[in-house]
Order: sequence, then structure tokens, then C-alpha cells
Amino acid sequence: MNQIEPSVVVQNLTKRFGDFVAVDSVSFEARHGEIFGFLGPNGSGKSTTIRILCGLLRLSSGRATVAGIDVARNPEAVRQHIGYMSQKFSLYNDLRVAENLEFFAGMYSVPKNEIPARIAWALKMAGLEGRDQNPTSSLAVGWKQRLALRCAVLHRPPIIFLDEPTSGVDPVSRRQFWDLIHSMVGEGVTVFVTTHYMDEAEYCNRLVMLDRGRIVAMGTPTELKSQHMKGQLLMIECEPLGPALELLQTAPEVLDAAVFGNGIHAVVADAPAMAPKIRELLSARHLGLGRIQQIAPSLEDVFVSLTAARGVSAEVAA
Amino acid sequence: MTSAAMSSNPAIIVSALGKQFGDVRAVDQLSFDVQPGEIFGLVGPDGAGKTTTLRMLAGVLTPDSGSATVAGHDIRVDPEGAKRDLSYMPQRFGLYEDLTVDENIRFYADLFGVRRKEREERSAQLLAAAGFAEFRRHLARNLSGGMKQKLGLVCALIHTPRVILLDEPTNGVDPVSRRDFWRILYSLIAQGVAILTSTSYLDEAERCQRVGLLYRGRMLFCDRPEELKRRFPGGVIVVRSPDPERVRTALSGADAALRVLLVGDRVHVFVDDAKRRLGQLRVRLDAAKISYDSIEQVAPSIEDLFVSAVEREPVAESPAKAS
Repeated sequence: MNQIEPSVVVQNLTKRFGDFVAVDSVSFEARHGEIFGFLGPNGSGKSTTIRILCGLLRLSSGRATVAGIDVARNPEAVRQHIGYMSQKFSLYNDLRVAENLEFFAGMYSVPKNEIPARIAWALKMAGLEGRDQNPTSSLAVGWKQRLALRCAVLHRPPIIFLDEPTSGVDPVSRRQFWDLIHSMVGEGVTVFVTTHYMDEAEYCNRLVMLDRGRIVAMGTPTELKSQHMKGQLLMIECEPLGPALELLQTAPEVLDAAVFGNGIHAVVADAPAMAPKIRELLSARHLGLGRIQQIAPSLEDVFVSLTAARGVSAEVAA
Repeated sequence: MTSAAMSSNPAIIVSALGKQFGDVRAVDQLSFDVQPGEIFGLVGPDGAGKTTTLRMLAGVLTPDSGSATVAGHDIRVDPEGAKRDLSYMPQRFGLYEDLTVDENIRFYADLFGVRRKEREERSAQLLAAAGFAEFRRHLARNLSGGMKQKLGLVCALIHTPRVILLDEPTNGVDPVSRRDFWRILYSLIAQGVAILTSTSYLDEAERCQRVGLLYRGRMLFCDRPEELKRRFPGGVIVVRSPDPERVRTALSGADAALRVLLVGDRVHVFVDDAKRRLGQLRVRLDAAKISYDSIEQVAPSIEDLFVSAVEREPVAESPAKAS
């Protein structure tokens, strides 16, 4: 495979289900050895795109190549070059750990003489050495997840697609899972991942944000935070939070307000000018007030500002 | 809910609660309380006992030892009384796959005896939060996983009980909807409702008034998020670099670094004393001729605390399922 050519090339990709346009003329490229993150609200087209790229779903129009292979023309060949893991893990619970690995080795046509070495390596990487005879059903979620990942890459694919691989997994296990992903990237694998955890989005080299089938932003996490936030952010420490939040949501100069820890994040057009006004507004209602300061937006703030334009926040506040 | 209810006794009192499954103590001498008008967050690794605790409080699992009251009802003596005053959303909420979104909501509203006017107001608010406006006539079976989760949450919140128990309610739910749901939770506690929720999102834990960290059925910490962070042992230093992988490798062996984590384009280093170690780490990077944009001490997050607390526990993580 040509190392210069991008791993995944998508041009004007569109997928319709009847009248519904799930993916709407999407274009991007993922490079070799990159962690490429796909973010977006539920139903924004993330999983549909991944299924098309894995050759599991036919595209309606546009073009996509994965590892140089056209996914519309040759979906079976694509599957030999990729690993795919969804949030359901697709492990056989009634098989032993080793039997699951053997099953996937067979399915991905790993050469027979290489199977023992690959399984040993997978067990080591998943931290399951000496547990190969345990029933899979006895593993805790985090371990199942790491086993599922190793099963999905037994045939050493150059690209791996992970669709919400860490949904509902505790933070310690999620960190260990990401350590595994980083070690695979170190081996030159391209990782394509969707997640709703914004802390995980920070682990990605580049991100695409989708909303209703369209790309609304693309770039490194730092670029998204510095270039795509609509408005500026104020962190307001106050007590009690409930009434303060209500007040801020109805203030015309406040574009958005949400609770963060013991404070409120408020999106405004001009933070230095608004800070004293907000202080006045809250003090007039005798709400206990701490610091008000401008802060750098988090990825979540950016995500919300880019995708909440559907008017939902306004309806809730009303 | 009246102000009298807000000043009354705790809405949930858990004292020395215990539950054993075979050899495993899923919940072990657990005690805490939740006040009316409070959101209390339960965090902890898989198998820590979060779900077991919520199921006992919901009256669907009988404790082996200890006691608990929910909205004044002893859950061992009067589980049915407790059930009348609480709403419980398990991890897999029972949706009717062959009913539409609207029909599911109406079914639960009827089940909970929600009056028509109140139902319409509340469901409009919840549907907007869920971003469901265009999906109201879709069958539940055709929704994506995250959407089903959101519909479950809408159904569970369609009435206003005194106590709400939520088991990882926002798994697979996108950040915009999660934010909107937190707004609804805040409006509920303003009415005096007590909310106990487990979560695997630690940014959500930061939005709770108090957080309890469960580990192996016991409570390791229980306090306000800012107090927990204040008590974080040691400090966290963040290095930003164009080549974070090299930074990680260079710092991993340092005596000063207790743990080194790669987080996107940054490296997080846990140290015993941030002020003292900052210089040492800088010297090490300079000696290895690794360029970096910045190196600074940052405030620890709840996640940093969680990871360090769980890793300091004497019993190593085992691959076996605890509950």
C-alpha cells in the first residue's frame, strides 16, 4: 500500500433512506497513522458513514475509498483491510476467551501457522494472559471491550473503525482502552472513531463534527476550540444555581447558558463588556456571586454552539 | 412541592446497606443520604455496586443487611410505598418497540397517572430537549441506540415524583441533549425533587452537588466536586507539544512522574508536588531536546481524582465481573 495516499478518502458522500438524507454530501480525508474522530448528535449520520466505509451499507451517491479500495465497487475487499468494532462488541459470550480469538482469526483468514502467535499477542495486549480459558461471559465490561478490540484487529488491518467503542464504560477502563489505541497508532494503524465523550475527542488528532448529515466543522481539537466557537465564554460562580440559570437563560444578551460544576458557562458576544452587566443582573436578585471570568471554550462548548442551532435550547428555556 | 418538603428530612437515607452475590460483596456497609432538592452523583468502575444500590433503592432487589428509606418509606418494610414516590430509570428502560415515540410517552404518562395538561407541557419540554420533534411518529424499534436511551429518559421524567433514581441515564446520548437534560434535572431539583444518578461521564459528575465514588461496594469519597478536587493528593502538570508521544516517552521514566497520560496533543503528568516537580520535568524535556509549547500546573478534574483513587486501592483490578 502506498503510504503517501490517505487511508480514507470521502468525496460528496450521500446516503438517503427514502426521503430522509442521513449523510449529505460529506467530504474528508483521514491520513495514515491518524486518530480521526467523528462527533455529532444522535442521528447525525456518524454510524451510517462508518457502515458505508466498512462496506456494510451502499452509498446513494458520491465516492469513498478505504485503503485505496472503492467501497461501492468492492465492499468485500474493503472488509479484508479493515477492523470494525461497534458498541455491541459482537463477542460470543458462551465461548471462552481463546475460542473467541480463534473464531475471529478464522473469519478474517489469518494464516493457520500465524494464529497461535497472534492470539498470544492479542491476549498480552488485552491484559488477559493466563485468562484464555475463562468464559467470555465472566469478564467485566472493560475487559470485554479490550478483547473485542483485539479480535477486530487480529488480521492486522491498516485501518480500524470504532463506533462508540466506549459507551457506558467506566473512566479507568476508557483510559486503558485509549492506551491500547495509542499503541496501535504507534504501529501505523489509522483509527476512525465516533464518541460522545468529549474528553475522548481530545485524544483525536483531527475531528469532524457532523450535524444532520453535514460537516459543520473539521480540524484538530485545538483548532476547533480556537476557531469554531460562536461567541465568547464566561464562567460564573454563583449560588444557588437553579434561579441564576433561569435568569441568565432569559437575558437577551446571553446566547446560551449551562451548568458546569458549581458554576454556569454563559455564551455571550462580548465577554469583557458583559461580565459587569451579568454581575449587576445577578446581584439585583440577591444571588450569591463568586468570580466571573472569561474562559477558553471546551470541546463540549464548541460542539453545543455548532449543533444546537436547531432551536432546542431556546424551546427548553422558554 | 412545597417549601415544607424542602426543609424536611433527607429524601434518601442509606445506612450500612449490604448485598452479596455468591462470594462477591456487591454493596458493602454503604451509608449516605440525599437531600430534597439535591442531585447526588454515583461514580465508580464497572462492578463497583452502583446499579445494585439503585436497584435496592428502587425496591426491585432486597438488601441482605442494613436499611434504607426513600421518601420516608423503609424499602424493606414498605417497598410499594417507596415505589409510589419514586421514578427509576434502569440502564435498559422498557420501551415498547412496536409503539411510536409519542405512544410510548403517553403509555408511561398514563401508568404514572399524569394529568393531561401537565403531560402535554412536560412532554413538549422533554421532546424538545431530546431533539425528537421530527421523530414523534417513528416506531421505537427504528431509533438508534442513543435515541432509545433519550426516549427512555423522557418516559422516566414524564411525572414529578419526590425521588428520581437514574442508572447511567445518558449513555450514548450526545452532548447537546445531555446538556438539555441536565437543565431539566436542575428544574426538577428547584421543585424539591431529590435525584440520585450514576454516570460514567465525569463531566456530569462535576454537575452534581455531591459526588460519591464507589469502589468494590464501598464509598471511597463523598463530597462536593470542588471539595474532592481540593483534596486531590499531589498535582497535575500538563505539557503541550507538537510531538506528545515523545514527551510521554521522555517523562514516563522520570522519578517525579507518578503517572503519565497522553490526552490528544497534551500529556498529563501526575506528580506529588506540582510546584516542586515542574522545574524537574522541564529540565528533563530540555535535556532530551524535546520541544514543547507549554508546561503548566492545572487543576485536577474529577476524572483525575477517580483514576488516582481507584489505582491507589490495594486490590488490583481483576478481569472478573463483580456484579
